Amino acid sequence: MLKGHQSWIFENRPSILSTGTVGGPFEAKGKIPEAFDILHEDMWLNQDSWEKAQQKMLEEAIQTTLKKGRIEKESVEFLIAGDLINQMTPTSFAASTSSIPFLGAFSACATSMESLALAASIINAKGANYILCAASSHNAATEKQFRYPTEYGGQKPPTSQWTVTGAGCALVAQNGTGPAITSATIGKVADMGMTDPFNMGGAMAIAAADTIEAHFRDMQIDPSYYDLIITGDLGHIGREVSLDLLHDRNIPIDAEKYVDCGIAIYREDQPVLAGGSGAACSAIVTYGHFLQEVIKGNLKRILVAATGSLHSTLSVQQKDPIPCIAHAVSIEARSEHI
Amino acid sequence: MGDKKKQKLQPNQQRYQAFQQKREIKRPIFKNCIKAFLIGGLICFIGQLISTFYIYQFNFTEKTVGNPTVATLIFLTMLLTGFGVYDRIAQFAGAGSAVPVTGFGNAVISSAIEYRSEGFILGVGSNMLKLAGPVIVYGVFSAFIVAIIKTILTQWGGF
Amino acid sequence: MIFFWAFVVGGLICVIGQIMFDVFKLSPAHTLSILVIAGAILDGVGWYEPLIDFAGAGATVPITSFGNSLVHGAMQEAEKHGLIGVVTGMFEVTSAGISAAIIFGVIGAIIFKPKG
Repeated sequence: MLKGHQSWIFENRPSILSTGTVGGPFEAKGKIPEAFDILHEDMWLNQDSWEKAQQKMLEEAIQTTLKKGRIEKESVEFLIAGDLINQMTPTSFAASTSSIPFLGAFSACATSMESLALAASIINAKGANYILCAASSHNAATEKQFRYPTEYGGQKPPTSQWTVTGAGCALVAQNGTGPAITSATIGKVADMGMTDPFNMGGAMAIAAADTIEAHFRDMQIDPSYYDLIITGDLGHIGREVSLDLLHDRNIPIDAEKYVDCGIAIYREDQPVLAGGSGAACSAIVTYGHFLQEVIKGNLKRILVAATGSLHSTLSVQQKDPIPCIAHAVSIEARSEHI
Repeated sequence: MGDKKKQKLQPNQQRYQAFQQKREIKRPIFKNCIKAFLIGGLICFIGQLISTFYIYQFNFTEKTVGNPTVATLIFLTMLLTGFGVYDRIAQFAGAGSAVPVTGFGNAVISSAIEYRSEGFILGVGSNMLKLAGPVIVYGVFSAFIVAIIKTILTQWGGF
Repeated sequence: MIFFWAFVVGGLICVIGQIMFDVFKLSPAHTLSILVIAGAILDGVGWYEPLIDFAGAGATVPITSFGNSLVHGAMQEAEKHGLIGVVTGMFEVTSAGISAAIIFGVIGAIIFKPKG
């Protein structure tokens, strides 16, 4: 199962049975509204705090996934999920209402692929039959915790990114007709001494490049193996930096085949500056958009490298650099799709 | 970033930062300054209108009109903040809407509104001055130092 | 004419703030703190009052005037009561900004919800 230094091969090919995605009003106006199962008009979702609204979205994503997969909640062995808000408050409460045995996972915005890799690994080792993995974020809750109050007038520089409001969930199963998870590469934390929390894409690019490089090295394949290489939430700056880094390291990735969830989710005329971000970003765009393309047969093999910056408000105040991480998961169409 | 901070970085970190910086979208400094000038000037212009109104209608003098003007501007800020307009203006105006006293008001009011979900005492009360606090603290402390020096110079220095 | 100079002087003080944001990469809190300290020092050397006479609201509306009026309050009391007046007179002149912000802050928290 272990391959190379930091990768797993899943010989039993766990499958993604179903997915559920939830978004907010700003996402509804974005580039891919069809990627969402549920879209909300109201940022509050009739809750009395942003954090509760985020919890609600996560619960809805989980319910939608179960409904679409036609699986009873009781048949699911584990829920692996995480988010960015105060010790994962929304996720813990959503896990409490769902009452599925729960493993909390934190890799900031790379949580989606960390949880998917762990789920695939447990399923592959026959440690479970069904595992749900999910990630969520809420623009206002994130702004409140990491930046300023939502109504505060602080000018954001063009390097900053817009946190996605939403939740994405996937159900991983032993067998089934959905796309197969074939391998995963767990990233190392990269710290390049970058300190500007308003330029996360630029800080995370190195982590994405490292993990993608490690994936090709461990799996002994080259980029042509994949139809699409998808990064999590690097935005315009991070995408360019990581692509140039990979080219510098003699990894020939076609620029057209190198896409980013943070760029894919919003239209160019939305005021998102460098692009989207947040734990929900890679989860929603991967599960709701690119995975559907795999199911439709438009894509055969994709590599999703979700990126996360692991700073906290504490580390930023104490002038520490921003540690970054990326986890990559390879998803392939079932042979009957090909 | 200062040179002192750069020296602490490993060579590979320095190389990466230079690599990254080349691809970073630069802040449009000149354009931002023009916007800040226009909006900041406009807010002061409105302040002057309010001052003039108070002087002619309520017999304030040019010395005393500052306080009611500031209070009125902060009241208007409350409305703009509450209806979610001030942060939009600020993304355009930058310092133009942050430096006038309306920016101070926005910092206090936006914090108060945001932390309402954590209750009135520990939410609103404790967090209200989270952003604006430093301005009060260092305003008072620097005024203290300046006034002490000035008092000593004038009273005992024989000026 | 005072309207013109209010616009220009107020605008220029904001440009200084913008340069501190963009060139020196300071946060709003750092920038405003420095401007308040600058206002206090300018009043200390006696340059702020002439600026108010010249530009009116252009000098009283930017946050620099907060430092100026703190020093003013302190100095007024100091002239009457000596050094102790520096501490007690601090908020004499400038109470409006802080009290208005706190009052409207609480009112705002009662009637508004953040829009996000």
